[in-house]
Amino acid sequence: MNQREKERYLRDYAILKSQGKPFFPYAVAKDSAMAALVLAVIITLSIVLGAELGPKADPTTTTYVPRPEWYFFFLFEVLRVVRPPEFVPFATIGVPTLCMILLFLLPFYDRSPERRPERRPIATAAGIITIAAMAYLTYMGANAGSPNAVDMKPPSSLTGAALTQWNAGRLVVGQSGCLACHRIGENGNDGPGPQLTHVASRLPAAAIAQTLRNPTAPMPSFQSLADSQPEKFRNLVAFLGQLR
Amino acid sequence: MPRLKFPAPPIPPAFQPKPKRPGTGNGKVKPADQAAEAGIHVVDWIDERTSLSGGLRWLMFRKVPRGTNWFYTLGSATLFAFLSQAVTGVFLAMFYDPSATHAYESVRYITNEAFLGQFVRGMHRWGSTVMVILVFLHMARTFFFGAYKYPRELNWVIGVVLLILTMTMAFTGYLLPFDQRSYWATIVGVNINGTGPLIGPYLSDFLRAGPEFGALTLSRFYSIHMLLVPGLIAALIGAHLYLVAKLGTTAPPWIEAEEDPAAELHKAEV
Repeated sequence: MNQREKERYLRDYAILKSQGKPFFPYAVAKDSAMAALVLAVIITLSIVLGAELGPKADPTTTTYVPRPEWYFFFLFEVLRVVRPPEFVPFATIGVPTLCMILLFLLPFYDRSPERRPERRPIATAAGIITIAAMAYLTYMGANAGSPNAVDMKPPSSLTGAALTQWNAGRLVVGQSGCLACHRIGENGNDGPGPQLTHVASRLPAAAIAQTLRNPTAPMPSFQSLADSQPEKFRNLVAFLGQLR
Repeated sequence: MPRLKFPAPPIPPAFQPKPKRPGTGNGKVKPADQAAEAGIHVVDWIDERTSLSGGLRWLMFRKVPRGTNWFYTLGSATLFAFLSQAVTGVFLAMFYDPSATHAYESVRYITNEAFLGQFVRGMHRWGSTVMVILVFLHMARTFFFGAYKYPRELNWVIGVVLLILTMTMAFTGYLLPFDQRSYWATIVGVNINGTGPLIGPYLSDFLRAGPEFGALTLSRFYSIHMLLVPGLIAALIGAHLYLVAKLGTTAPPWIEAEEDPAAELHKAEV
């Protein structure tokens, strides 16, 4: 806006303001009605949905699937979709930081004097696209499957019982929360544990089983799984033993 | 002594107080009149020392532009949601114990045993959702109406800071019940912060109070959630409201300013 447009805006605004009504009581009445509505909605939500309290926090569990509050789902979904490790920092912090900077500086790069939404097609379209993208990401994040599943095709050499065992072991890896600390293929985190994508080329199956029973801290021991559900443990070792 | 003069409130004439007709009341002073007189005296005493009445009159009787509609209540609704969070938060803080060993038990006590505990906790929990929704609606209204443009650019920037602080409140509050859900979601959230460029690792260490999630983390989140960020939010809301009152709320963009008919006439004559 140049000086002339600024002065024109201020003059038009002064006219509109002089034709308006006093804040008290007219705007105050509307605001109070809205405040009463907000309070009614909060009280209704509290009575109908309440506040649940889950089981106590237990740092030793490795199977818990973390879910954020719903208004962080869009960020959660961006994270879930972006898999290559070199892009993860870009997705987690790069995109939100860029969006925040664009949001902060909005009045400084959008300097046209026009205010009617239909005469600002770029701004209006950008706003609608942003809302649609966030709604879509929130929806996808809400319906996302467990981030603990391993998406991987079985080796073509496996058939019959070995293939069944491989698939069963893949599920055990998901349920055991291995991905919280290890990367397997495109899933899981890069640390603190080592990558398991090619673990079988470094260790034979027996050594993998030994490590599961008697791991290096902070990894939890799977001795109890081996004792209580030896079938699951065997499947787990069989799956890991195929990761070459 | 200066007498406080109330401006005539802009209410319908039928509701306006009428002056007494001369000759009524027999010249006696009723107790009600005395009470009113005492009240005015107290208000006068305060005003003589603070000169608040001018500011209040400026705040309350400023005009809002023609065409102002219900979209313009979203900001005050957000403020109200924040006040509701503050009040319910104070009551929750009376029972909450921000230590890793007792936090869960104190929340369990609030939820299951304290009088109206679950209701107040539910209000706080759902109030945060309502506040986040209202913040976004208020921001969408400002965006689509072009209300961030001259001369209100600074108020938009303050508003974006308030949005970030509101999300910080949501993030830090999520840990406090200290159940499985909040614990693991917070671990993931702090780790996400750690992947950020430059300040990321330092921010994570600051939030965790160390390289590992430990006993101090919970009290640090508690302090951020109920002292640091609410204080910042309250101060910035003050600045936001001052600018709103000073610059005025925008008129809806489709309302055209019409010149005063008298001025038009004058222009035609010239």
